[in-house]
Parts: sequence; structure tokens; C-alpha cells
Amino acid sequence: MNDSADLTQLDPAFEKVLRLRGVALAALVLAVALSAEAFSMLPTGLFALPALALAVWLALISPPRRYRRWGYAFGPDRLRVVSGYLFYHDAVVPLGRIQHIDVDQGPILRRWGLAQLTVHTAGSHGASIVLPGLSMAQAETIREAIRQHIRQALD
Amino acid sequence: MTASADRGDRERLSFVGLFVDTIGALPSLLVPILAGLYGTRGTGIGALPVVAVILGFSLALRWLAWMRFHYQLGSDDIRIESGLFRRTARSIPYDRIADVSIEQPPLARLLSLAVVQFETGGGKGEEGVLRFVALADAERLRSVVRSRRDSSDLAASPAEAAADEQAPDLLFAMGPKRILTLGFYSFSLVAFAVLLGLAGKFDFLLPDLKLWVLTAEQQSAEVGTLSLARQIEAALAALAALTVLGIGTGLIRTALREWGFRLERTPKGLRRRRGMLTLTDVTIPLERVQAAEIATGPIRKRRGWHALALVTFGDKGDSKASQAVAPLARIEEIQPIMALTGIEPADAETRFARAHFGARLDWAVLRSLLFAGLGLGLAQVEQAYGWLMVLPITLMALRDWLRWNREWRATDRDQLFMQSGWWRQALLIARQVNVHSVSIARSPLERRRGLATVHFGLANCRMRFPAVPVAEALAIREQVLAQAAPVDFSQLGRSR
Repeated sequence: MNDSADLTQLDPAFEKVLRLRGVALAALVLAVALSAEAFSMLPTGLFALPALALAVWLALISPPRRYRRWGYAFGPDRLRVVSGYLFYHDAVVPLGRIQHIDVDQGPILRRWGLAQLTVHTAGSHGASIVLPGLSMAQAETIREAIRQHIRQALD
Repeated sequence: MTASADRGDRERLSFVGLFVDTIGALPSLLVPILAGLYGTRGTGIGALPVVAVILGFSLALRWLAWMRFHYQLGSDDIRIESGLFRRTARSIPYDRIADVSIEQPPLARLLSLAVVQFETGGGKGEEGVLRFVALADAERLRSVVRSRRDSSDLAASPAEAAADEQAPDLLFAMGPKRILTLGFYSFSLVAFAVLLGLAGKFDFLLPDLKLWVLTAEQQSAEVGTLSLARQIEAALAALAALTVLGIGTGLIRTALREWGFRLERTPKGLRRRRGMLTLTDVTIPLERVQAAEIATGPIRKRRGWHALALVTFGDKGDSKASQAVAPLARIEEIQPIMALTGIEPADAETRFARAHFGARLDWAVLRSLLFAGLGLGLAQVEQAYGWLMVLPITLMALRDWLRWNREWRATDRDQLFMQSGWWRQALLIARQVNVHSVSIARSPLERRRGLATVHFGLANCRMRFPAVPVAEALAIREQVLAQAAPVDFSQLGRSR
């Protein structure tokens, strides 16, 4: 899609969070593969080599690419969230259809001063749209703007 | 989390409620307590300390959660902050709150406590629950929410009152003959599979099929051609028995469910009554209908039979995904019901399009390659096993083709159409204004072909357009958003 120019990037600190998560996942994959190596009769490297490739991809290749492809656009009447490095996903919610709004902050996100915004709609497919990796201030600004919009729609 | 100037105080839940909540959770603590007792048996540690430690631990956790839980009434929303490690701040605008329910479980009633639940139009409950606030606070909360919510709900009542005088008119009914016909069609492959499964489990109850086959096999070793006929005979007998059972269950289930089917138009909406032993009486408010589904099957279509179901939105948890309003009907019988809902059937100008064939082919080829690889692996073990994989590959290719052949999409000025399924052929028609979100997804395969899949966020039903050219996908999204974005959720169902 060529209309991704007007997207706002996520907070740069979120790339670090993605890397951290990637490293954790890679470590898990390697641990599983190594224990499989230790207990299996199959030729050495049958599990470890593919796992190593996967781990490198998870920890080094994928996080920056995923970060770069993540973005959002907060328009006058809609919120758009674009993500996905292998599987592209582009969701749009009209602000007037948002039921309630969550701002979450887990321990890792808090370490970088980030927050995750989730908007819930009444739909059954794609009922909730998640926008991670915003700074706390950004997340709150967007939440207030959505609230404002819902308020105005009724006056 | 910053608080704006116009907010009320951050309030906590009732402290006494903390203990009531712990007592309410006792049944779920039974397992850890038993585990604790089992784990410490023979160590000289008595039962009392174990129970006390577990109860204390549970209470401490609840106390921490209680410390971190705050709610706050703002000028236009309720804010609920919670979470020990993962902090969540939920904002529920007053205008989105459909109802405030106050519930008092027995123990809470003794202590004048209540559970307050804010219900919004969202599909799943549990949107905002305050477990145990003082009853006085609960009532205050309810009156605050009701007064702050713009109550334009009242506008509709005079018209409703006027319409109340009107006598209900019958829209559709099914007599015993129609129900019997529906019963015959209700023989489903699923029921058949269940019966087959049961036949496998309880085959000692059935006429001894296995013995027949076994004797036939023994004879086949001896006599040759005659035994083959016997074998076929046995298989046919088994099939016939299961078919009879399948039709029988279909008839009984349908009769129990549909007996005395009546659909009437009343001032409040469409009223449906049906049922033999348990009578059900459902009213579907017309303004809440957001989509209609016309379904048929390869056999009943030849006879001109169709079923109409309506999908509503914004109901409480007990609402089903869709309500059957005409389970077996002619198109001429369906049309007047559809006309009442304002959903229009496809006309000559509705241009239907298929999913891109190549996208389906990609999947089929990819999967066939996977199975072929598996087949090659098996052929290493025994050559004949390898050829076994030809069967799933062909069957799945056939199914894919049948599906693709029956899959159509269309948009008109204000509606979306999705035709799908080859066995159960359903046409789902939804109003664009009822779409709550639109997302465009692209798998690597779709991207290679310049395609995308469009998902529409509708309440209680799924609608998607698979393998659409990207430019078209974007255009459809823009069209739908142009219809949906200007209409606020609270205005849905009132605009008509």
C-alpha cells in the first residue's frame, strides 16, 4: 500500500521493547531445541540448526522490521493502526463506534515510559484494536481526543 | 495517570467487600488448600496453619489488588484503574453505558453491599464491574450515570404508544407439513458423523455389523466374488440403518424446536413463538436488525426452499448470534419480512464478484505440496502408503473448488453482500452503516498477487471479502467508512 506515508511511527523506545521480547522468545526457542538435542537419538544439529536460524530471525532480523512497519494515523473521525512485517494488517475504527478505551502499562513498557492503547468496539470480528508502543502522554492525549469526539457526537 | 480538573474523587471499593469477596472465592481455594494439606501430610504441620497461610495469602493478594483499584466519575466518563503489575486504566463514556445493573448476592445483602456492572453495547459482558461498593454508593452511581447520559431515548416513546393500538399481523407460520419437510432436510452430515461415532462406540448394541463384515471377509478368502457382494450388502445395510436414524433425529429435533412456528409483526418488532415442549417467545426490535441471512442448500434450493435469519446488535448476553424468522420458506414469503427490516435483497444492478482464483490456487498448491512431501516420506516406509496421500489432495482440491465456486461478494450503495458455502449456501446482507471497524489483511501470498482480505467488524456475525485486488479493497473500505464514521454508535437503530 502506498498510502502509508501519513502514518505516525510508534515511540522509538518501542523498538527496544520489541528487541527485548524477540531475544526472550529466541532464548526460549533455543532452550527447547537444545533440550530436544540432548534427549533425541537423531543426528546432531537436526533441531539446533533450524532453531538457531529461527532465533537469529526472532532476535535480530524481525524486531526492527516490525517496528518500522508499525504506525498509526489519528484522523478527525477515525483511528487507523497499521502493522505487520510478514502479515500486513491495517485496521480502521470510526471514533464514533468506540465503546470503551483501555490504557495499559505492563512492567516492561513502564521501564521505557510506554503504554498500550486498546479501543473496544461492538463488533465480533476485530472487536478490539490495539495500539502498542505509545508514550504515556501520547496514549492519554489520544484517549482524551476519543472521549471528546464521543461527547461532541451527542451534542 | 493524570486526572483532569473536572473529575470527582478517586474512589476505592468497599473495604468490607474485600472480605466478602474472599469468602465468595473460598470454593476456588479448596483445591490449593487440599493440595497444601496433601503436601504437608506427615510433616507434623497441622491443618490449621496450612489453611491460615493459604487464606492469608489469598487475602493479601486481594488487598493489594484492592489498593490498586480506583474508580472515578468524570464529567463524561467513568475511569476504572486496576492491575497489580500491569496497570490498566479503562475509560467508559457515559453515553456508551446502556444499563447499570446492581446485584446483591446473599452475603453482600447482609452487609448492604452491591456489585455494580456497567453494560455497554460491546459483545462480551464484564466491561466495567465494581465488585462490592456500599449499596448507597451503588444507587448514587446509577443515578449519576443516568443523569449524565444524554437521555434522548425518550424521544421514541410517543410513536411507540400510538403503535400499541395496532393489532399484530401474522407474517409467517409453519404448519405440521412444512415442519415435517424441514425435518427431512435437517438430516445433517454432522448428525451423521455423531451417529457414526456412536456406532463405533456402542457397536455392541447395533446389529452385529462387524461380524457381518468379518464373516464376509472370511468368505472372501474362500469363495471370492460372492463375498464381495455380501460385503457390499452389509455396507449398504449399515448405511441404510444410519440414514434412517439420521432422518429420524432430524425430524424429532426439528419438530421439538419449530412446532407451532408463528412470526407476527407487533409494535415492538417481530415476535416469534415456537417450540413443542419448551415454548420460546422472542421479540426482535426492527431497528436493531443490522443484517439478514438467506440460506439454502444444494437439495432444498431445487425445491425453492430458503431460510431467513436476522442478525441483531447491542443486546445483552442472552442474545443469540442470529434469529431464525423463517426456517423454511419460499422467496415470496421471505420478501415481505425483509422489506420490514429495510434490508434490500440483491437486485439486477448488484454486481457480484468472485474471490481471485489465483489466491485460492496458491493455497491449494502449497497444501498439496505439503501432503505430497508427507506422501514421499511415507513411501519410504511402504510404497503403497505414499499413494494414500492422493486421496486427501484430490478431496481438498475438490472442496476448495466447490467453495470458491460458491463464494461471491458485492457492495451496493449502502449494503454489503457475502455469498458463501457450497453445502450450506448463505447470503449475508449487512448495512454498511452497522460496520464498527474495517481491517485489511494481507498474507505474504496475497501480497505477491496484489490482493487483500477485507474484514468487517459487525456485531454477532462475520463478514469478510477474501482475495480482493488491493485498489478495490481500499475503495470498499473508504465507501463503508464514509457511511459508518459520521453515525455515532448511540444513533444506530434510531436513524431509521
